[in-house]
Amino acid sequence: MTMKTVFQKTKGLTDKPTHYCPGCTHGVIHRLVGEVLEEMDILEDTIGVASVGCSVLSYEYFNCDMTQAAHGRAPAVATGVKRVRPDRFVFTYQGDGDLASIGISEIIHAAARGEKITVIFVNNAIYGMTGGQMAPTTLIGQKTATTPFGRNENIQGSPIRVSEMLSTLDGTAYIERVSTHDVPNILKAKKAIRKAFETQKKGLGFSMVEVLSTCPTNWGLDPQESLEWVRENMVPVYPLGVYKNKEGGN
Amino acid sequence: MGKVLMKGNEVIAESAVHAGCKYFFGYPITPQSELVAYMARRLPEVGGLFLQAESEIAAINMVYGASSTGARVMTSSSSPGFSLKQEGISYLVGSELPAVICNIVRGGPGLGNIQPAQSDYFQVTKGGGHGDYHIPVLAPASLQEIVELIQDAFDIADRYRNPVIIMGDGMLGQMMEPVEFTERPVSELPEKNWAATGTRGDGGPKIITSLELDADGLEKRNQHLQKKFAEMKEKEVRYETYKTEDADYIIVAFGTVARIAMNAMNKARQDGVKVGLIRPISLWPFPEKPFIETRDKVNMYISVEMSAGQMVEDVRLAVNGHAPVDFFGRNGGVVPTQEEIYHKIMMIAGGIQV
Repeated sequence: MTMKTVFQKTKGLTDKPTHYCPGCTHGVIHRLVGEVLEEMDILEDTIGVASVGCSVLSYEYFNCDMTQAAHGRAPAVATGVKRVRPDRFVFTYQGDGDLASIGISEIIHAAARGEKITVIFVNNAIYGMTGGQMAPTTLIGQKTATTPFGRNENIQGSPIRVSEMLSTLDGTAYIERVSTHDVPNILKAKKAIRKAFETQKKGLGFSMVEVLSTCPTNWGLDPQESLEWVRENMVPVYPLGVYKNKEGGN
Repeated sequence: MGKVLMKGNEVIAESAVHAGCKYFFGYPITPQSELVAYMARRLPEVGGLFLQAESEIAAINMVYGASSTGARVMTSSSSPGFSLKQEGISYLVGSELPAVICNIVRGGPGLGNIQPAQSDYFQVTKGGGHGDYHIPVLAPASLQEIVELIQDAFDIADRYRNPVIIMGDGMLGQMMEPVEFTERPVSELPEKNWAATGTRGDGGPKIITSLELDADGLEKRNQHLQKKFAEMKEKEVRYETYKTEDADYIIVAFGTVARIAMNAMNKARQDGVKVGLIRPISLWPFPEKPFIETRDKVNMYISVEMSAGQMVEDVRLAVNGHAPVDFFGRNGGVVPTQEEIYHKIMMIAGGIQV
C-alpha cells in the first residue's frame, strides 16, 4: 500500500531548527513566507534581507539567498539589492524595534521612494532579543524592562501605528495588518503576504504586511495566554485590515 | 582621448565610471557635492544608477545591499557625513563586501567648516567603526593621480573583498587641473561566486553576514580577516620619494600638502639645505620601507599635515627611535603655506628650537 503525502514542510525553509522561544509566532510567520515563495515558484529568484533582533538568524531559516543588515537598515540594504537586480524578488523581515525605532527613517524613505520590495514587519510590542524592553509599539500601560511601571503616555509617548503612517505615502502600493492569534487570522496573513509579493511582481510599488505576533517569554505569559493577549490588547490598538491597495480587488 | 580640464570631485566620479562602477548611492555635503551631482547625470548614460539616499547612513547601507549582489558600487561624503557611515563600513568589512568610499575631508571636529583638512587621518587609518579591522586608504595628490588610484581602489576592493577609502581634502575636490582618462587593461580578479543574486542554477543559498555567535567561530573569522590585512600590508603599499638619497632632513606629507611641501623643499635646497620628501600614497598600509631605508642617515623627519598632528604618530612608529621626528601643521581648514614650511625647515636646519 502506498502512502499519500498529505503534508510536508515548505521548500521555502531550510531544515535548520529555529532558535525561537516556545509559543513565539516567528516560526509561523517564517513558514507563511516560505510557503508563499514556494507556491509562487520564486524561491530561486529571491534575495531576503535579515534584520537585527530575534529574527537576526532568519538567514539560516529561509531557503533562498540572504544578506544580513545592520540594525534598522534592512530597507536601505534591500534598496541596494533591488536597484541592482530589479529582476529579482527582494524582501526584508524586520521586528518592531528594528523597523519602528532605529530604522524608522529607512522604512519611511524606502516606502516614499516606492521601492519595489516586500517588507514583513513583525510587531509584538516589545524588544525580544535584548530582554523585553519598550518598543515604539509597546502599548500604553504595558510593563517592560524599561517601563517597569507601565508605558506612560506623558513620559514615553504613544505607540506608533506604522501601517497607517506609511499608507499616507504615495510610493506605497499594498499595506495590510494581519495577526497570528488564531487559525483564520493565520490564513488571512498568508493571503496578505501572497498579495504583497504579487504587488512586487507587478512592479506596483512598496508592499508591507504588518503581522501582530507574540512574545511569551518577555510578556511573562504562556503561549495560549499570549495569543489571547494579542486578540484582547493589541488588535484594538492595531486594527487589522488593508490600509493601502493601489491595485484594488483582493 | 586627450586631456580635459575638470574639477577634482568630477574626476573622482568620472574615474569611477571608467573603473566600471555603475551604482552610486550618496547624500549631498560640501565640499564633495559636485561628485554626487556628476554621478546623477553621468551614471544613466552608462546604463547605471544613481540614487540620492535620505542620509549617509542609508547611503552606505544601500552600498552594502548593492555590493551583496556583486556590483561595483561607490559612495562618497565629507567628514561629518563620513562619520555617519562608520557603522556601515564596519559591516562591509565584517561581511567581506567590496566597495569604494570617498572622503573629501573638511575641518572638524563637529560641524567644523567646509575648508580643506586632513584631520580624519586617524578615523580612516585606525578604523572609525567598531571591531578589529583595517581598510586600505589611498590619498591622491593630483587630479591625474585620482584617475589611477580610483581604478586601483576598485581592484583592491574586489581582490580582497574589503572596502577601500579614497581620502582627499577639500582642496583636491575643488581644484581644476587637466587630466587624461587612460584606458587600463582589466585586472584579473576572483569571480564573485559569493554574491547573493538568487539561487537559480547555482545550488544552495548564499548567505552574507557579519554575525557569528560562537566565540571560536568569530575568532576564526577574525583570523581570516587578519590574514587578508597582512597580505594587503605586503602587497598594497604605495608611496613616492623625492630627493631622499642625500637628504639631511625629510618632510613627510600626503595629498595636496605634499605638493606645497615640495615647493618648500626645493626652495630650501636652493639655499643649501638638503631636504627630501616622502609622500605616502597608501595611508594604510603605511609605507615603512622608505623610513627604514633613510632613518639611520637623516638628522630629522618633519611630518607636515593639515591637522594637529595625526600621521606623525605613524611616522614615529616607522622611524622607531632611529631619528628625531618633528611636526608642522595647520588645522581647522587653514592650508599651510610654502613659506611657513620653508621657515620650519630653515629653523630646524639652523638648530633653532621652537
